Amino acid sequence: MAEADRASGGRAGTPAALDGKAEGDRLTLAASGGWIADHARALEPLVDAQLRRRETIRRVEIDVSRIDRFDTFGAWLLERMVRAFKARGAEAQLVGLSEDYRGLVEEMQHVTLERDIVGRPRPLRDAVAAIGRAVAEIGYYAIGFLRMLGAVMMALLRVMARPHTFRLTSTVHQLENVGWRAVPIILLITFLVGCIVSQQGIFQFRKFGADVFVVDMVGVLVLRELGVLIVCIMVAGRSGSAYTAELGSMKMREEIDALRTMGFDPVEVLILPRILALVIAVPMLTFLGSMAALYGGGLVAWLYGGIDPEVFLSRLKESISLDHFKIGMIKAPFMALVIGIVACVQGLETKGSAESLGRQTTASVVESIFLVIVLDGFFAVFFASIGM
Amino acid sequence: MAQRSNGAAGGNGAGTTGKDAVIRVRDLVVGFGRKVVVDHLDLDVYRGEILGFVGASGAGKSVTMRAIIGLVPKRQGRIEVFGLDLDTATLEQRRTVERRWGVLFQNGALFSSLTVRQNIQFPMREYLHLSERLLDELAAAKLEMVGLKPDVGDKFPSELSGGMTKRVALARALALDPEIVFLDEPTSGLDPIGAGDFDQLIATLQRTLGLTVFMVTHDLDSLHTVCDRIAVIGEGKIIVNGPMETMLASEHPWVKEYFRGKRSRASAARRRSGAERPAE
Repeated sequence: MAEADRASGGRAGTPAALDGKAEGDRLTLAASGGWIADHARALEPLVDAQLRRRETIRRVEIDVSRIDRFDTFGAWLLERMVRAFKARGAEAQLVGLSEDYRGLVEEMQHVTLERDIVGRPRPLRDAVAAIGRAVAEIGYYAIGFLRMLGAVMMALLRVMARPHTFRLTSTVHQLENVGWRAVPIILLITFLVGCIVSQQGIFQFRKFGADVFVVDMVGVLVLRELGVLIVCIMVAGRSGSAYTAELGSMKMREEIDALRTMGFDPVEVLILPRILALVIAVPMLTFLGSMAALYGGGLVAWLYGGIDPEVFLSRLKESISLDHFKIGMIKAPFMALVIGIVACVQGLETKGSAESLGRQTTASVVESIFLVIVLDGFFAVFFASIGM
Repeated sequence: MAQRSNGAAGGNGAGTTGKDAVIRVRDLVVGFGRKVVVDHLDLDVYRGEILGFVGASGAGKSVTMRAIIGLVPKRQGRIEVFGLDLDTATLEQRRTVERRWGVLFQNGALFSSLTVRQNIQFPMREYLHLSERLLDELAAAKLEMVGLKPDVGDKFPSELSGGMTKRVALARALALDPEIVFLDEPTSGLDPIGAGDFDQLIATLQRTLGLTVFMVTHDLDSLHTVCDRIAVIGEGKIIVNGPMETMLASEHPWVKEYFRGKRSRASAARRRSGAERPAE
């Protein structure tokens, strides 16, 4: 029964106390009760109150014989008191220390506290330093990106020279993950975007009686820009993040180092199949997505705008040249390459902690979407200047 | 044996005899699917002792430990810790018990996104509401106790070596000054010298803090040097239970092979030559 008491309330026990009595330059302190973790919070102010005494004190005696329970927390607070008095030039000693507690008190005497090395804050310097660090980081990532691009190209050349080293199974497996399994969601989203663009177009063009131009708009927009962009954003969020997380956790568990020691090139084994799969899958998804968007646009034009499917198709044929379609398709593999490389670079940047894995995955998605849009801008300028 | 909580142990008839069971396991059955790993096992752990828990790989050592600390559900049996049946305990009581034990996981299980100092302070911060200054000082004290320098406090777990990880994990297990510590293979993955140091560390801390230690181990050196008592698990039950002499005298084939086989003789030889090394 006594044990049950201990299990329930026994740990709290009698509260800890510290009473002080000063006589001239002598201070006598009496510690009693349970100097344990549970009372540490209440004890700390008691200890500090004694340390704040203004009298000049030469000798301090701390009577600890009435402490009935003791642990590291109590031992440290005693030690803190002794150190503080000694630092003020007083002589401090413990009286009546029980043999059982001696080891713990001695252990605490060895504790060295770190010196406070954090200087006073300098906001301006810190802000400038942060900007500098961010700029340097961009440069660092740019170099990392180019390095990875080079490594992938080299691996591709090596594989082309010796085709039997190509990891077909792995590539097909990745292709299934990033291509085949992405089809339903890509179709659904691009279909919906097609519907929305078409509806908005009809709604706005109707004001000046130009309903039928919605076909031109949907056709050009979807084939040149929307199809490929939406597919790339989806792929970056869906597959880019997966690549980063996979490679990152492999890095954390030293799997990549293991591969290297067995004489495999991680770029050839892990990264090339992944990037190739993306480069193959994204154009296919772009094609499917563009078709789904046109289908959605046509459907809305028919049901909402009253444009017959036949009219829609013939108008589409007139207004859309093959160039529009080609532009969208040409962009797709380049964007896939960017997504794949960013994802792999970020994956390999992962450090040992779970938090770092999360950070790299976020960075991978954000960065690849950003770069896809920037690249799209460059393509727009390029195609405009060659008159496509 | 130094009894830290002697205020609580005193005035208790059972406690003063030194045979005060802080963990009492009766008729424990644990299984996964159709496989029964622990089969009607009885075990006592007494206050202030270091119990070594050994057995073949897959015999259920870790499972028993995890069942006691409640990480693995049991099918049958009673587990009492500090005399409290953990099945019938209220949430409050259970939490009180959990505060009085510390667990060292095999791979450290340090929180990877926190620094070493934050790892050690984590349970203190949750339970004790101390000032930042005291938390920092105590983290330094705990690091000192496990033999690490205070500047390790700023490192992240991924920057630590295997031995340091074990020490930090031990410091975290000791953060709240528990009365029982569970150690899951504390010396696995350490070199023999590091493992010997770690054994000494456990023995020293056990003496200073008056700990009860439940140690799952494979390490014959640990069993010889620090364990007061050894329990051997086999076929889901405790086969032999007692001090080293009992183990050496046992005729059970596995126990005989384990304690008197080739490896154990090598370890005994190593211990003899190691005895010249100054003890801590």
